Amino acid sequence: MKVGVIVFPGSNCDRDMYHVLTDVFNLNAEFYWHEKNLPSDIDAVVLPGGFSYGDRLRAGVIAAHSPIISDVKKLAEKGIPILGVCNGFQILVESGLLPGVLLKNESLNFMCQWTNLIVNNNKTPFTCKLQMNQKIPIPIANGEGRYFVDDESLNQLKKNNQIVFSYENKVNGSISQIAGVCNSDGNVVGMMPHPERAAEKAINQIDHKPSSLIFESLIETIGMKN
Amino acid sequence: MSFQEHERQHIEKNVKRKLTDTELQILAAEWSEHCSYKSSKKHLRMLPTTGPNVIVEKGYDSGVLDVGDGYVVTVHIESHNHPSAVEPFGGAATGVGGVIRDILSTGTRPIALFDGLRFGNIETDAHARWLFKNAVSGIADYGNCLGIPTIGGEVEFDECYKNYALVDVAAVGFGKKSKLIKNHANIDDLVLLIGGSTGRDGVGGSQFASDALEGENRSAVQIPDPFIEKLIIEAILECRDTNCINAMKDLGGGGLSCAISETAESLGVGIELDVKNVHLRESDLSPDEIMISESQERMLVISDPNNLSKIKQICNKFRIQCSVIGTVKNDKMMHVKNGDETLALLPADFVARGPLIDRKKSKPEYLSKLPSSPPSENQLSLSDILLKLLSSPNIASKHWVFRQYDHEVGIRTVIRPGFDGSVLRLDNGKFLSVKIDGNPKHCYIDPRNGAIGCFEESCRNVICTGATPIGMVDHLQFGNPEDPEIFWTFMESIEGITDFAKFLDIPCVGGKVSFYNETSDGPIKPTPLIGVLGLIEKSPLLPNAPSNDDVILLVGETKDELGGSEYYEYIHNFIGGVAPKVDFSESKKNMKSVLSLISKNLLKSVHDCSKGGLAIGLSELCIFGKIGCKVNLPSSLSSEKMLFSESHSRYILVVDKNNLDDITSILSDDHCSFSELGIFSGDQIIFESTSKPILKLRVDKAENNYLNSLGKIIQNG
Repeated sequence: MKVGVIVFPGSNCDRDMYHVLTDVFNLNAEFYWHEKNLPSDIDAVVLPGGFSYGDRLRAGVIAAHSPIISDVKKLAEKGIPILGVCNGFQILVESGLLPGVLLKNESLNFMCQWTNLIVNNNKTPFTCKLQMNQKIPIPIANGEGRYFVDDESLNQLKKNNQIVFSYENKVNGSISQIAGVCNSDGNVVGMMPHPERAAEKAINQIDHKPSSLIFESLIETIGMKN
Repeated sequence: MSFQEHERQHIEKNVKRKLTDTELQILAAEWSEHCSYKSSKKHLRMLPTTGPNVIVEKGYDSGVLDVGDGYVVTVHIESHNHPSAVEPFGGAATGVGGVIRDILSTGTRPIALFDGLRFGNIETDAHARWLFKNAVSGIADYGNCLGIPTIGGEVEFDECYKNYALVDVAAVGFGKKSKLIKNHANIDDLVLLIGGSTGRDGVGGSQFASDALEGENRSAVQIPDPFIEKLIIEAILECRDTNCINAMKDLGGGGLSCAISETAESLGVGIELDVKNVHLRESDLSPDEIMISESQERMLVISDPNNLSKIKQICNKFRIQCSVIGTVKNDKMMHVKNGDETLALLPADFVARGPLIDRKKSKPEYLSKLPSSPPSENQLSLSDILLKLLSSPNIASKHWVFRQYDHEVGIRTVIRPGFDGSVLRLDNGKFLSVKIDGNPKHCYIDPRNGAIGCFEESCRNVICTGATPIGMVDHLQFGNPEDPEIFWTFMESIEGITDFAKFLDIPCVGGKVSFYNETSDGPIKPTPLIGVLGLIEKSPLLPNAPSNDDVILLVGETKDELGGSEYYEYIHNFIGGVAPKVDFSESKKNMKSVLSLISKNLLKSVHDCSKGGLAIGLSELCIFGKIGCKVNLPSSLSSEKMLFSESHSRYILVVDKNNLDDITSILSDDHCSFSELGIFSGDQIIFESTSKPILKLRVDKAENNYLNSLGKIIQNG
């Protein structure tokens, strides 16, 4: 079982994600620099958070044109589980793999705080071990985290069960309080909050188990396949 | 650019010829107060700098502490006051960038940032609000982009910072001891300049910082680019891992002039460089400008010629520039060339070691004129006073600030900002606790005891997390040192800090002195800032919320010390009285005893008792636990003093009543002064004196004032 962690210039949660995948969940993870190719037999791909290209122009938009994204697109079509967290989510949205856009937070400020997520779809490779409506205490840390889609697309998202996570309370002005979505096939998931910052007891004094289930869901998904 | 008489004489004595223009520019930058420490260097030698954990290596720009198991922690503190007072966003951001590169230059990865911010009265002064808001944005923008968590700091407002700003940034690094850069150079090694291009920004920045702030010299402020800094960090660490760096130095104040002369001097070699090889942002930069530009995000690296291709390959991966600008020579000279033409040729130690100055000192007259107590009684009830203090910008919660900083990235943060010391987990299973503290109100009234108090408060904060202090950094900020009265306050501070450091055996592993912090309105109050690092071997004591029936113990003695308190200054608008003074032996005794109670797992949580006194310390615990308290004040002092005095060496213990007897017997055995004040219960903060209620405040009301005041001031003006 091999998980690729993509590193863009300016990624800064890559090492955190790698630590959680390998040291906490014993997965075989490997870094892939954005100019490299992804092996076709890879089992899952994670796009970690950070400030790829310093958020220049718009968060995620330059990284969405990195050479490695064409490999990500191919893998996505093959149904390989792909997770984008924070800047990774922004990149997935900018590359067209996920619907919608991420705008500046309503406060116009960077926001770093703990919040509760609600699970709205537990059929994805990253949520299959969670219960519907389960609460996940988790931190957010972003400046451009306000999810937006037009009404028609929002209805589509709801109809196709593509809203994966929503915030329990109003946090940043996201439409329908959406915190994470998936593609219509369900294998590509993007979320603004950081599960890698909440999956260990030492740094999550509220409850680290729900976030752990995000990673355990992945293990179950790719474990079953192999 | 001008030299003082003794500097001219020093030049004439050592260089028997007329200096070139470039040489004059180089010396003016390097001999500025900012770079040469000419007023303070002699006196800084009194600080204790060695200890069992301290690793000393030539040319390090940051302190290095051994934390066991082959790991080290590095720490450094800097300020960027003048630039931030002119252009707060860029000034504060580049302040962050500079201190991070000091951490990087030892070969360690920066893992945390702390910042101390000080401005004028934000309640009445729109300019102070503008400075504050933009300095916070600048820090957030830079630190967040780099993925280095800002996990602590402090924010303070005082009239003395009107039209000015103090922006202090401390950074902590972590790495393997075996990977520390052991600064050395061999003859014919290459001198590389890695990172951002050199431009006109920041030309003359260190001279700008070595004078009172009068004009707005915006061109002396550097332009931040955190994305380039992030790439440099990763590239340098990759170079470190492939062992291709012999020596390294950050380019900061004084730019290339300072980096080249200091590197050559500390390594005992000569460096010859050609300004034509420096990669530029603007092609028409003059050689002199190239030498003194303080453009950010640049590192000087010395490497073996055989490693050049490896370094170039790494820089190429990250798309950052790397220029070979010079070579190492055996003549101990700093040789600056422009192609074939020699622009400067001076002994490196002559450049790096500017002549020092003996400054005169005399006790300031204002000290003997300070009144001893406020002229009139206050008409407010104690409950109203407490409510007002909770919304004082100096006391109210700073979450409006630290929520803009990513304090989680790096997944080391165990205790987050907003409590006492902040705690990070380290890779060897230990924990690092860090806190920075300053208190200009105390220091103004009593420079010596005020400085010691900042040091003690910082120690108390890390002790509250169960950490043993292993090192400290100091940042001494004053007005013009040429004024004997100001220089006296500097001397008092450094002597006080030295005494306390020696008494507690805490080595000073880094620091900085910043003078000329003044505007046309006058100098700032003495503002020494102390950062303390503590190590926790097993597990930290978390700030557990108090619950019903938990007992409140106060360790330490409350004294008649309202001078410089938030109560005197914010409620009475009064500056004077007796400022708190640390009793050394009481301080040590209480630290030891509280640490032993924590190590025996007897305490639910400990909170430092400081700004705003016992009333604020307890209110903070009540707000955090969303629970009231009922406290009976000892009658040894008036209620006003018991509630608001800011006496040091005090800790509020939250105790499960089943552990009470064990705790009190240990405190008694250790001869600590302590009192059982009451319990947590209900939904009101209630203080009684001789069994009569004297103060009653609903916790939700207190919470509302405490949590929302700062944000409201910023938003509504």
